[in-house]
Amino acid sequence: MTRTMIRYAPLLILAALWEALTRLGIVPRSLLPPVSDVFAAFVGMLRDGSLLSNAAESFGRGAAGLAAAVLIGFLLGAGMALRPRFHAVIGPLVQAFYPLPKTALVPLVMIWFGLGDIGKIVLIFLGCLLPVTLGTYNGVRGVDRVLVWSARSLGARPREVVLEVMLPAALPQILTGLRTATAFAFLLMVASELIIANNGLGYLIGSLGDNGAYPAMYAAIFTVIALGFCADQAFAALSAHLLRWRA
Amino acid sequence: MSNPATVDGIAIEHLSFAYRSRTGAEVRALDDISLSVPNASFHALLGPSGCGKSTLLYCIGGFLPVTSGSIRTAKGVVTEPGPERGVVFQNFALFPWKTVLQNVLYGLGKRGTKGEQARQRARSFIDLVHLTGFEDSFPSQLSGGMQQRAALARTLAADPDILLMDEPFGALDAQTRRIMQEELLAIWRQTRKTVVFVTHDVAEAVYLADTISVMSARPGRIRQTIAAGFNQEADHGVFKRPAFTELVEHIWELVRAEVDQARGVQAV
Repeated sequence: MTRTMIRYAPLLILAALWEALTRLGIVPRSLLPPVSDVFAAFVGMLRDGSLLSNAAESFGRGAAGLAAAVLIGFLLGAGMALRPRFHAVIGPLVQAFYPLPKTALVPLVMIWFGLGDIGKIVLIFLGCLLPVTLGTYNGVRGVDRVLVWSARSLGARPREVVLEVMLPAALPQILTGLRTATAFAFLLMVASELIIANNGLGYLIGSLGDNGAYPAMYAAIFTVIALGFCADQAFAALSAHLLRWRA
Repeated sequence: MSNPATVDGIAIEHLSFAYRSRTGAEVRALDDISLSVPNASFHALLGPSGCGKSTLLYCIGGFLPVTSGSIRTAKGVVTEPGPERGVVFQNFALFPWKTVLQNVLYGLGKRGTKGEQARQRARSFIDLVHLTGFEDSFPSQLSGGMQQRAALARTLAADPDILLMDEPFGALDAQTRRIMQEELLAIWRQTRKTVVFVTHDVAEAVYLADTISVMSARPGRIRQTIAAGFNQEADHGVFKRPAFTELVEHIWELVRAEVDQARGVQAV
Protein backbone atom coordinates (compact mmCIF):
# COMPACT_ATOMS: atom_id res chain seq x y z
CA MET A 1 0.00 0.00 0.00
CA THR A 2 2.68 2.49 1.03
CA ARG A 3 4.78 1.34 -1.92
CA THR A 4 1.91 2.09 -4.28
CA MET A 5 1.55 5.52 -2.65
CA ILE A 6 5.24 6.27 -3.12
CA ARG A 7 5.09 5.05 -6.71
CA TYR A 8 2.28 7.41 -7.63
CA ALA A 9 3.45 10.32 -5.45
CA PRO A 10 5.05 12.15 -8.43
CA LEU A 11 1.65 12.17 -10.15
CA LEU A 12 -0.01 13.68 -7.07
CA ILE A 13 2.70 16.31 -6.80
CA LEU A 14 2.25 17.15 -10.48
CA ALA A 15 -1.54 17.48 -10.02
CA ALA A 16 -1.06 19.77 -7.01
CA LEU A 17 1.44 21.90 -8.92
CA TRP A 18 -0.96 22.10 -11.86
CA GLU A 19 -3.82 23.16 -9.62
CA ALA A 20 -1.67 25.84 -7.93
CA LEU A 21 -0.32 27.26 -11.20
CA THR A 22 -3.80 27.64 -12.69
CA ARG A 23 -5.50 28.88 -9.49
CA LEU A 24 -2.80 31.51 -8.94
CA GLY A 25 -3.18 32.68 -12.55
CA ILE A 26 0.44 31.93 -13.49
CA VAL A 27 -0.85 29.81 -16.41
CA PRO A 28 -3.98 31.29 -18.10
CA ARG A 29 -7.13 29.17 -17.68
CA SER A 30 -7.83 29.39 -21.38
CA LEU A 31 -4.74 27.27 -21.98
CA LEU A 32 -4.94 24.98 -19.00
CA PRO A 33 -8.05 24.55 -16.84
CA PRO A 34 -7.46 23.67 -13.15
CA VAL A 35 -7.37 19.98 -12.29
CA SER A 36 -10.44 20.40 -10.10
CA ASP A 37 -12.42 21.68 -13.10
CA VAL A 38 -11.20 18.77 -15.20
CA PHE A 39 -12.27 16.35 -12.48
CA ALA A 40 -15.69 18.01 -12.23
CA ALA A 41 -16.09 17.72 -15.99
CA PHE A 42 -15.06 14.06 -15.77
CA VAL A 43 -17.75 13.34 -13.17
CA GLY A 44 -20.31 15.21 -15.27
CA MET A 45 -19.49 13.19 -18.37
CA LEU A 46 -19.64 9.97 -16.38
CA ARG A 47 -23.11 10.94 -15.15
CA ASP A 48 -24.55 11.92 -18.52
CA GLY A 49 -23.14 8.73 -20.02
CA SER A 50 -21.25 10.42 -22.86
CA LEU A 51 -17.89 9.12 -21.64
CA LEU A 52 -18.99 5.50 -21.36
CA SER A 53 -20.92 5.38 -24.64
CA ASN A 54 -18.02 6.89 -26.59
CA ALA A 55 -15.51 4.68 -24.80
CA ALA A 56 -17.62 1.65 -25.72
CA GLU A 57 -17.60 2.67 -29.39
CA SER A 58 -13.83 3.09 -29.34
CA PHE A 59 -13.32 -0.16 -27.47
CA GLY A 60 -15.39 -2.06 -30.03
CA ARG A 61 -13.28 -0.75 -32.92
CA GLY A 62 -10.00 -1.28 -31.10
CA ALA A 63 -10.88 -4.82 -30.03
CA ALA A 64 -12.11 -5.81 -33.52
CA GLY A 65 -8.98 -4.45 -35.26
CA LEU A 66 -6.63 -5.93 -32.68
CA ALA A 67 -8.33 -9.34 -32.70
CA ALA A 68 -8.09 -9.55 -36.49
CA ALA A 69 -4.43 -8.48 -36.33
CA VAL A 70 -3.63 -11.13 -33.71
CA LEU A 71 -5.25 -13.91 -35.75
CA ILE A 72 -3.78 -12.96 -39.14
CA GLY A 73 -0.46 -11.82 -37.68
CA PHE A 74 0.00 -15.10 -35.87
CA LEU A 75 -0.71 -17.10 -39.04
CA LEU A 76 1.62 -14.91 -41.13
CA GLY A 77 4.43 -15.04 -38.57
CA ALA A 78 4.16 -18.79 -38.02
CA GLY A 79 3.91 -19.38 -41.78
CA MET A 80 7.01 -17.28 -42.41
CA ALA A 81 8.97 -19.12 -39.73
CA LEU A 82 7.92 -22.61 -40.82
CA ARG A 83 7.67 -22.33 -44.62
CA PRO A 84 10.73 -20.87 -46.42
CA ARG A 85 8.75 -20.39 -49.64
CA PHE A 86 6.05 -18.46 -47.87
CA HIS A 87 8.76 -16.38 -46.23
CA ALA A 88 10.31 -15.65 -49.64
CA VAL A 89 6.99 -14.16 -50.79
CA ILE A 90 5.78 -12.42 -47.64
CA GLY A 91 9.13 -11.38 -46.11
CA PRO A 92 9.89 -8.52 -48.54
CA LEU A 93 6.31 -7.17 -48.18
CA VAL A 94 6.67 -7.14 -44.40
CA GLN A 95 10.03 -5.38 -44.65
CA ALA A 96 8.64 -2.75 -47.01
CA PHE A 97 5.54 -2.15 -44.91
CA TYR A 98 7.34 -2.12 -41.56
CA PRO A 99 8.86 1.42 -41.51
CA LEU A 100 5.68 3.06 -42.84
CA PRO A 101 3.96 5.20 -40.17
CA LYS A 102 0.51 3.66 -40.16
CA THR A 103 -1.17 7.02 -39.45
CA ALA A 104 -0.10 8.02 -42.97
CA LEU A 105 -2.63 5.47 -44.19
CA VAL A 106 -5.59 7.22 -42.55
CA PRO A 107 -6.76 9.14 -45.67
CA LEU A 108 -6.16 6.16 -47.94
CA VAL A 109 -8.07 3.73 -45.74
CA MET A 110 -10.92 6.23 -45.39
CA ILE A 111 -11.21 6.43 -49.18
CA TRP A 112 -11.14 2.67 -49.57
CA PHE A 113 -13.26 1.60 -46.65
CA GLY A 114 -15.37 4.64 -45.92
CA LEU A 115 -15.76 6.89 -42.94
CA GLY A 116 -17.59 4.38 -40.77
CA ASP A 117 -16.40 1.66 -38.42
CA ILE A 118 -14.89 -0.58 -41.12
CA GLY A 119 -12.29 1.99 -42.17
CA LYS A 120 -11.14 2.50 -38.58
CA ILE A 121 -11.04 -1.21 -37.85
CA VAL A 122 -8.97 -1.79 -41.00
CA LEU A 123 -6.57 0.94 -39.93
CA ILE A 124 -6.15 -0.52 -36.44
CA PHE A 125 -5.75 -3.97 -37.98
CA LEU A 126 -2.98 -2.74 -40.31
CA GLY A 127 -1.19 -0.96 -37.50
CA CYS A 128 -1.28 -3.94 -35.15
CA LEU A 129 -0.53 -6.60 -37.74
CA LEU A 130 3.25 -6.35 -38.00
CA PRO A 131 4.17 -6.35 -34.29
CA VAL A 132 2.21 -9.60 -33.92
CA THR A 133 3.62 -11.04 -37.17
CA LEU A 134 7.23 -10.27 -36.28
CA GLY A 135 6.86 -11.36 -32.65
CA THR A 136 5.46 -14.70 -33.78
CA TYR A 137 8.05 -15.07 -36.55
CA ASN A 138 11.02 -14.40 -34.27
CA GLY A 139 9.54 -16.50 -31.49
CA VAL A 140 8.84 -19.56 -33.64
CA ARG A 141 12.16 -19.27 -35.48
CA GLY A 142 14.03 -19.11 -32.18
CA VAL A 143 12.53 -22.31 -30.76
CA ASP A 144 15.34 -24.61 -29.63
CA ARG A 145 15.44 -27.58 -32.01
CA VAL A 146 16.01 -30.04 -29.18
CA LEU A 147 12.58 -29.13 -27.77
CA VAL A 148 11.04 -30.12 -31.10
CA TRP A 149 13.16 -33.27 -31.20
CA SER A 150 12.15 -34.14 -27.65
CA ALA A 151 8.49 -33.92 -28.54
CA ARG A 152 8.97 -35.93 -31.74
CA SER A 153 10.87 -38.69 -29.96
CA LEU A 154 8.12 -38.82 -27.33
CA GLY A 155 5.67 -39.60 -30.12
CA ALA A 156 4.32 -36.19 -31.26
CA ARG A 157 3.44 -35.81 -34.95
CA PRO A 158 5.01 -32.83 -36.80
CA ARG A 159 1.60 -31.14 -36.88
CA GLU A 160 1.14 -31.54 -33.13
CA VAL A 161 4.58 -30.04 -32.48
CA VAL A 162 3.46 -26.66 -33.85
CA LEU A 163 0.73 -26.15 -31.27
CA GLU A 164 2.18 -28.16 -28.41
CA VAL A 165 5.82 -27.02 -28.55
CA MET A 166 6.41 -24.11 -30.90
CA LEU A 167 3.50 -21.98 -29.77
CA PRO A 168 4.26 -22.14 -26.03
CA ALA A 169 8.01 -21.82 -26.64
CA ALA A 170 7.40 -18.73 -28.79
CA LEU A 171 4.85 -17.27 -26.37
CA PRO A 172 7.19 -14.77 -24.65
CA GLN A 173 7.97 -13.08 -27.95
CA ILE A 174 4.41 -13.32 -29.21
CA LEU A 175 3.25 -11.55 -26.05
CA THR A 176 5.88 -8.82 -26.49
CA GLY A 177 4.56 -8.24 -30.01
CA LEU A 178 1.01 -8.24 -28.70
CA ARG A 179 1.84 -5.60 -26.11
CA THR A 180 3.25 -3.28 -28.79
CA ALA A 181 0.19 -3.99 -30.92
CA THR A 182 -2.13 -3.03 -28.05
CA ALA A 183 -0.38 0.33 -27.70
CA PHE A 184 -0.68 0.87 -31.48
CA ALA A 185 -4.37 -0.01 -31.32
CA PHE A 186 -4.97 2.85 -28.87
CA LEU A 187 -2.93 5.26 -30.97
CA LEU A 188 -4.70 4.47 -34.23
CA MET A 189 -8.12 4.30 -32.61
CA VAL A 190 -7.83 7.84 -31.25
CA ALA A 191 -6.06 9.21 -34.34
CA SER A 192 -8.67 7.86 -36.77
CA GLU A 193 -11.56 9.10 -34.61
CA LEU A 194 -9.96 12.51 -34.25
CA ILE A 195 -9.76 12.92 -38.00
CA ILE A 196 -13.25 11.81 -38.87
CA ALA A 197 -15.96 10.17 -36.76
CA ASN A 198 -19.21 10.97 -35.03
CA ASN A 199 -18.53 9.01 -31.87
CA GLY A 200 -15.66 7.47 -29.94
CA LEU A 201 -13.14 8.91 -27.51
CA GLY A 202 -11.04 10.50 -30.27
CA TYR A 203 -14.14 12.18 -31.64
CA LEU A 204 -15.05 13.34 -28.13
CA ILE A 205 -11.64 14.95 -27.60
CA GLY A 206 -11.81 16.70 -31.00
CA SER A 207 -15.35 17.99 -30.72
CA LEU A 208 -14.96 19.19 -27.12
CA GLY A 209 -11.81 21.03 -28.15
CA ASP A 210 -13.58 22.61 -31.11
CA ASN A 211 -16.36 23.80 -28.83
CA GLY A 212 -13.93 25.26 -26.30
CA ALA A 213 -15.01 22.84 -23.57
CA TYR A 214 -11.44 22.47 -22.34
CA PRO A 215 -12.03 20.90 -18.91
CA ALA A 216 -14.16 18.20 -20.56
CA MET A 217 -11.59 17.76 -23.34
CA TYR A 218 -8.84 17.23 -20.75
CA ALA A 219 -11.11 14.79 -18.94
CA ALA A 220 -11.55 12.81 -22.18
CA ILE A 221 -7.78 12.82 -22.80
CA PHE A 222 -7.14 11.54 -19.29
CA THR A 223 -9.71 8.85 -19.81
CA VAL A 224 -7.80 7.61 -22.85
CA ILE A 225 -4.54 7.69 -20.87
CA ALA A 226 -6.14 5.85 -17.95
CA LEU A 227 -7.67 3.20 -20.23
CA GLY A 228 -4.33 2.70 -21.99
CA PHE A 229 -2.59 2.37 -18.66
CA CYS A 230 -5.15 -0.13 -17.37
CA ALA A 231 -4.97 -2.16 -20.59
CA ASP A 232 -1.19 -2.34 -20.32
CA GLN A 233 -1.30 -3.30 -16.65
CA ALA A 234 -3.89 -5.98 -17.31
CA PHE A 235 -1.72 -7.22 -20.16
CA ALA A 236 1.36 -7.31 -17.95
CA ALA A 237 -0.56 -9.29 -15.32
CA LEU A 238 -1.79 -11.76 -17.96
CA SER A 239 1.75 -12.16 -19.33
CA ALA A 240 3.14 -12.75 -15.86
CA HIS A 241 0.55 -15.47 -15.34
CA LEU A 242 1.07 -17.14 -18.72
CA LEU A 243 4.86 -16.98 -18.34
CA ARG A 244 4.96 -17.94 -14.66
CA TRP A 245 7.18 -20.87 -15.62
CA ARG A 246 10.05 -18.55 -16.38
CA ALA A 247 12.73 -18.11 -13.75
CA MET B 1 11.62 -62.02 -36.67
CA SER B 2 11.22 -63.04 -40.29
CA ASN B 3 11.34 -59.47 -41.57
CA PRO B 4 14.94 -58.98 -42.78
CA ALA B 5 14.66 -55.24 -42.22
CA THR B 6 14.41 -55.62 -38.45
CA VAL B 7 17.12 -56.46 -35.94
CA ASP B 8 17.53 -56.83 -32.22
CA GLY B 9 19.05 -53.67 -30.76
CA ILE B 10 20.57 -51.32 -33.33
CA ALA B 11 22.39 -52.14 -36.58
CA ILE B 12 24.21 -49.34 -38.39
CA GLU B 13 25.63 -50.13 -41.83
CA HIS B 14 27.97 -47.92 -43.88
CA LEU B 15 26.39 -44.77 -42.50
CA SER B 16 27.59 -41.43 -43.85
CA PHE B 17 26.26 -38.02 -43.04
CA ALA B 18 27.17 -34.78 -44.79
CA TYR B 19 25.65 -31.32 -44.60
CA ARG B 20 26.10 -27.96 -46.25
CA SER B 21 27.82 -25.32 -44.13
CA ARG B 22 26.70 -21.71 -44.23
CA THR B 23 29.27 -20.96 -46.90
CA GLY B 24 27.75 -23.72 -49.06
CA ALA B 25 30.66 -26.14 -48.71
CA GLU B 26 29.86 -29.79 -48.11
CA VAL B 27 30.99 -30.97 -44.69
CA ARG B 28 31.43 -34.70 -44.18
CA ALA B 29 30.58 -35.26 -40.53
CA LEU B 30 30.29 -39.05 -40.45
CA ASP B 31 32.03 -41.44 -42.80
CA ASP B 32 31.19 -45.10 -43.40
CA ILE B 33 30.15 -46.00 -39.89
CA SER B 34 29.15 -49.58 -39.19
CA LEU B 35 28.18 -50.52 -35.67
CA SER B 36 25.94 -53.03 -34.04
CA VAL B 37 24.55 -52.57 -30.55
CA PRO B 38 22.97 -55.75 -29.19
CA ASN B 39 19.60 -55.64 -27.49
CA ALA B 40 19.70 -54.62 -23.80
CA SER B 41 23.37 -53.64 -23.95
CA PHE B 42 24.99 -50.36 -23.00
CA HIS B 43 27.19 -48.80 -25.67
CA ALA B 44 29.28 -45.65 -25.20
CA LEU B 45 30.49 -43.36 -28.00
CA LEU B 46 33.75 -41.60 -27.17
CA GLY B 47 35.78 -39.17 -29.17
CA PRO B 48 37.35 -35.74 -29.43
CA SER B 49 34.93 -32.83 -29.54
CA GLY B 50 33.61 -32.22 -33.03
CA CYS B 51 34.11 -35.86 -34.07
CA GLY B 52 30.43 -36.27 -34.79
CA LYS B 53 29.46 -38.54 -31.91
CA SER B 54 26.40 -36.43 -31.13
CA THR B 55 25.61 -36.28 -34.86
CA LEU B 56 25.66 -40.08 -34.95
CA LEU B 57 23.26 -40.15 -32.00
CA TYR B 58 20.93 -37.67 -33.74
CA CYS B 59 20.97 -39.88 -36.84
CA ILE B 60 19.91 -42.87 -34.72
CA GLY B 61 17.25 -40.63 -33.19
CA GLY B 62 15.95 -39.94 -36.69
CA PHE B 63 16.43 -36.18 -36.34
CA LEU B 64 19.03 -35.89 -39.12
CA PRO B 65 18.63 -37.49 -42.57
CA VAL B 66 21.43 -39.95 -43.34
CA THR B 67 23.31 -39.27 -46.56
CA SER B 68 24.00 -42.93 -47.27
CA GLY B 69 23.91 -46.24 -45.44
CA SER B 70 21.23 -47.32 -43.01
CA ILE B 71 20.21 -47.57 -39.38
CA ARG B 72 17.89 -50.37 -38.37
CA THR B 73 16.13 -51.25 -35.15
CA ALA B 74 13.45 -53.76 -34.18
CA LYS B 75 10.96 -51.31 -35.76
CA GLY B 76 12.74 -51.36 -39.13
CA VAL B 77 14.81 -48.75 -40.94
CA VAL B 78 15.04 -45.43 -39.11
CA THR B 79 13.61 -42.57 -41.19
CA GLU B 80 12.15 -40.26 -38.56
CA PRO B 81 11.95 -39.88 -34.76
CA GLY B 82 9.84 -42.44 -32.97
CA PRO B 83 8.80 -43.18 -29.39
CA GLU B 84 10.65 -46.52 -29.38
CA ARG B 85 13.86 -44.43 -29.37
CA GLY B 86 13.84 -42.18 -26.30
CA VAL B 87 16.37 -39.36 -26.09
CA VAL B 88 18.02 -37.56 -23.17
CA PHE B 89 19.80 -34.36 -24.16
CA GLN B 90 22.74 -32.61 -22.55
CA ASN B 91 20.69 -29.52 -21.76
CA PHE B 92 17.71 -31.58 -20.63
CA ALA B 93 15.27 -30.19 -23.24
CA LEU B 94 12.41 -30.26 -20.76
CA PHE B 95 9.37 -28.23 -21.80
CA PRO B 96 9.97 -25.19 -19.59
CA TRP B 97 6.27 -24.22 -19.54
CA LYS B 98 5.27 -27.61 -18.12
CA THR B 99 5.77 -28.82 -14.57
CA VAL B 100 7.79 -31.98 -13.89
CA LEU B 101 4.58 -34.02 -13.78
CA GLN B 102 3.22 -32.45 -16.97
CA ASN B 103 6.53 -33.11 -18.73
CA VAL B 104 6.42 -36.77 -17.79
CA LEU B 105 2.73 -37.00 -18.73
CA TYR B 106 3.41 -35.61 -22.21
CA GLY B 107 5.06 -38.74 -23.59
CA LEU B 108 2.59 -40.99 -21.77
CA GLY B 109 -0.28 -39.12 -23.41
CA LYS B 110 1.30 -39.59 -26.83
CA ARG B 111 1.43 -43.33 -26.23
CA GLY B 112 -2.25 -43.37 -25.33
CA THR B 113 -2.01 -43.55 -21.55
CA LYS B 114 -4.39 -40.99 -20.06
CA GLY B 115 -6.09 -40.03 -16.82
CA GLU B 116 -5.38 -41.53 -13.43
CA GLN B 117 -3.46 -44.45 -14.90
CA ALA B 118 -1.05 -42.02 -16.59
CA ARG B 119 -0.66 -40.02 -13.38
CA GLN B 120 0.20 -43.13 -11.40
CA ARG B 121 2.73 -44.22 -13.98
CA ALA B 122 4.24 -40.73 -14.14
CA ARG B 123 4.53 -40.61 -10.35
CA SER B 124 6.25 -44.00 -10.27
CA PHE B 125 8.92 -42.76 -12.71
CA ILE B 126 9.31 -39.48 -10.84
CA ASP B 127 9.85 -41.63 -7.76
CA LEU B 128 12.36 -43.81 -9.63
CA VAL B 129 14.57 -40.75 -10.31
CA HIS B 130 14.07 -39.47 -6.73
CA LEU B 131 12.08 -36.37 -7.60
CA THR B 132 9.04 -37.09 -5.44
CA GLY B 133 7.82 -33.82 -3.96
CA PHE B 134 8.83 -31.82 -7.04
CA GLU B 135 6.00 -32.95 -9.33
CA ASP B 136 4.54 -29.46 -9.54
CA SER B 137 7.82 -27.56 -9.91
CA PHE B 138 8.73 -25.90 -13.19
CA PRO B 139 12.15 -26.83 -14.64
CA SER B 140 13.43 -23.30 -13.98
CA GLN B 141 12.91 -23.94 -10.27
CA LEU B 142 15.14 -27.03 -10.26
CA SER B 143 18.92 -27.55 -10.22
CA GLY B 144 20.65 -29.00 -13.27
CA GLY B 145 20.84 -32.46 -11.72
CA MET B 146 17.15 -32.41 -10.87
CA GLN B 147 16.23 -31.24 -14.35
CA GLN B 148 18.18 -34.13 -15.85
CA ARG B 149 16.40 -36.56 -13.51
CA ALA B 150 13.09 -35.14 -14.70
CA ALA B 151 14.16 -35.50 -18.34
CA LEU B 152 15.19 -39.10 -17.66
CA ALA B 153 11.83 -39.81 -16.01
CA ARG B 154 10.01 -38.28 -18.99
CA THR B 155 11.93 -40.45 -21.44
CA LEU B 156 11.67 -43.67 -19.39
CA ALA B 157 7.95 -43.19 -18.79
CA ALA B 158 7.33 -43.35 -22.54
CA ASP B 159 8.88 -46.85 -22.32
CA PRO B 160 11.27 -46.74 -25.29
CA ASP B 161 13.20 -49.89 -26.30
CA ILE B 162 16.25 -47.77 -26.98
CA LEU B 163 17.67 -44.98 -24.85
CA LEU B 164 19.83 -42.41 -26.66
CA MET B 165 21.80 -40.19 -24.29
CA ASP B 166 23.75 -37.16 -25.52
CA GLU B 167 26.34 -36.22 -22.87
CA PRO B 168 23.49 -36.25 -20.36
CA PHE B 169 25.70 -35.50 -17.37
CA GLY B 170 28.07 -33.11 -19.14
CA ALA B 171 26.36 -30.02 -17.77
CA LEU B 172 26.37 -31.24 -14.17
CA ASP B 173 28.90 -30.69 -11.39
CA ALA B 174 31.29 -33.55 -10.55
CA GLN B 175 29.44 -34.81 -7.46
CA THR B 176 26.03 -34.76 -9.08
CA ARG B 177 27.50 -36.51 -12.12
CA ARG B 178 28.81 -39.42 -10.00
CA ILE B 179 25.49 -39.87 -8.28
CA MET B 180 23.63 -39.72 -11.58
CA GLN B 181 25.98 -42.31 -13.10
CA GLU B 182 25.26 -44.74 -10.26
CA GLU B 183 21.55 -44.14 -10.53
CA LEU B 184 21.55 -44.55 -14.28
CA LEU B 185 23.28 -47.93 -13.91
CA ALA B 186 20.76 -49.01 -11.30
CA ILE B 187 17.89 -47.99 -13.56
CA TRP B 188 19.49 -49.67 -16.57
CA ARG B 189 19.93 -52.95 -14.68
CA GLN B 190 16.28 -52.72 -13.68
CA THR B 191 14.85 -51.82 -17.11
CA ARG B 192 17.41 -53.36 -19.51
CA LYS B 193 17.04 -50.81 -22.27
CA THR B 194 19.42 -50.74 -25.20
CA VAL B 195 21.52 -47.65 -24.47
CA VAL B 196 23.74 -45.52 -26.69
CA PHE B 197 25.56 -43.03 -24.51
CA VAL B 198 27.65 -40.18 -25.93
CA THR B 199 30.36 -38.79 -23.66
CA HIS B 200 33.83 -37.27 -23.77
CA ASP B 201 34.58 -38.56 -20.26
CA VAL B 202 36.61 -41.79 -20.63
CA ALA B 203 36.09 -42.94 -17.03
CA GLU B 204 32.36 -42.39 -17.36
CA ALA B 205 32.27 -44.54 -20.50
CA VAL B 206 34.30 -47.35 -18.89
CA TYR B 207 32.16 -47.25 -15.74
CA LEU B 208 28.82 -47.39 -17.55
CA ALA B 209 29.23 -49.29 -20.79
CA ASP B 210 29.40 -52.89 -21.99
CA THR B 211 31.19 -51.75 -25.12
CA ILE B 212 32.89 -48.49 -26.10
CA SER B 213 33.49 -47.11 -29.58
CA VAL B 214 36.28 -44.60 -29.96
CA MET B 215 35.63 -42.24 -32.84
CA SER B 216 38.18 -40.42 -34.96
CA ALA B 217 38.34 -36.70 -35.56
CA ARG B 218 36.24 -35.37 -38.43
CA PRO B 219 35.11 -36.95 -40.62
CA GLY B 220 33.89 -39.21 -37.81
CA ARG B 221 34.76 -42.87 -38.21
CA ILE B 222 34.80 -45.64 -35.66
CA ARG B 223 38.46 -46.27 -34.77
CA GLN B 224 38.02 -49.14 -32.41
CA THR B 225 35.32 -50.86 -30.38
CA ILE B 226 36.39 -52.11 -26.96
CA ALA B 227 34.64 -54.26 -24.39
CA ALA B 228 34.45 -52.79 -20.87
CA GLY B 229 31.88 -54.61 -18.75
CA PHE B 230 32.49 -53.03 -15.35
CA ASN B 231 28.84 -52.03 -15.25
CA GLN B 232 27.78 -55.13 -13.33
CA GLU B 233 29.57 -53.88 -10.21
CA ALA B 234 27.55 -52.33 -7.46
CA ASP B 235 29.17 -48.93 -6.94
CA HIS B 236 31.97 -46.51 -7.66
CA GLY B 237 34.47 -48.86 -5.94
CA VAL B 238 35.48 -50.10 -9.40
CA PHE B 239 37.11 -46.72 -10.04
CA LYS B 240 40.06 -47.86 -7.89
CA ARG B 241 40.46 -51.31 -9.41
CA PRO B 242 43.72 -51.69 -11.44
CA ALA B 243 41.87 -53.29 -14.38
CA PHE B 244 39.56 -50.30 -14.49
CA THR B 245 42.26 -47.65 -14.37
CA GLU B 246 44.33 -49.55 -16.94
CA LEU B 247 41.44 -49.66 -19.39
CA VAL B 248 40.72 -45.95 -18.82
CA GLU B 249 44.38 -45.20 -19.49
CA HIS B 250 44.43 -47.37 -22.62
CA ILE B 251 41.29 -45.77 -24.07
CA TRP B 252 42.49 -42.32 -23.11
CA GLU B 253 45.63 -42.89 -25.21
CA LEU B 254 43.43 -43.79 -28.19
CA VAL B 255 41.27 -40.70 -27.72
CA ARG B 256 44.30 -38.52 -27.23
CA ALA B 257 45.86 -39.76 -30.47
CA GLU B 258 42.68 -38.62 -32.22
CA VAL B 259 42.72 -35.26 -30.46
CA ASP B 260 46.35 -34.74 -31.47
CA GLN B 261 45.61 -35.75 -35.03
CA ALA B 262 42.73 -33.31 -35.10
CA ARG B 263 45.13 -30.59 -34.04
CA GLY B 264 47.62 -31.68 -36.67
CA VAL B 265 50.44 -32.60 -34.26
CA GLN B 266 52.22 -35.90 -33.62
CA ALA B 267 51.44 -37.74 -30.41
CA VAL B 268 54.31 -37.44 -27.96
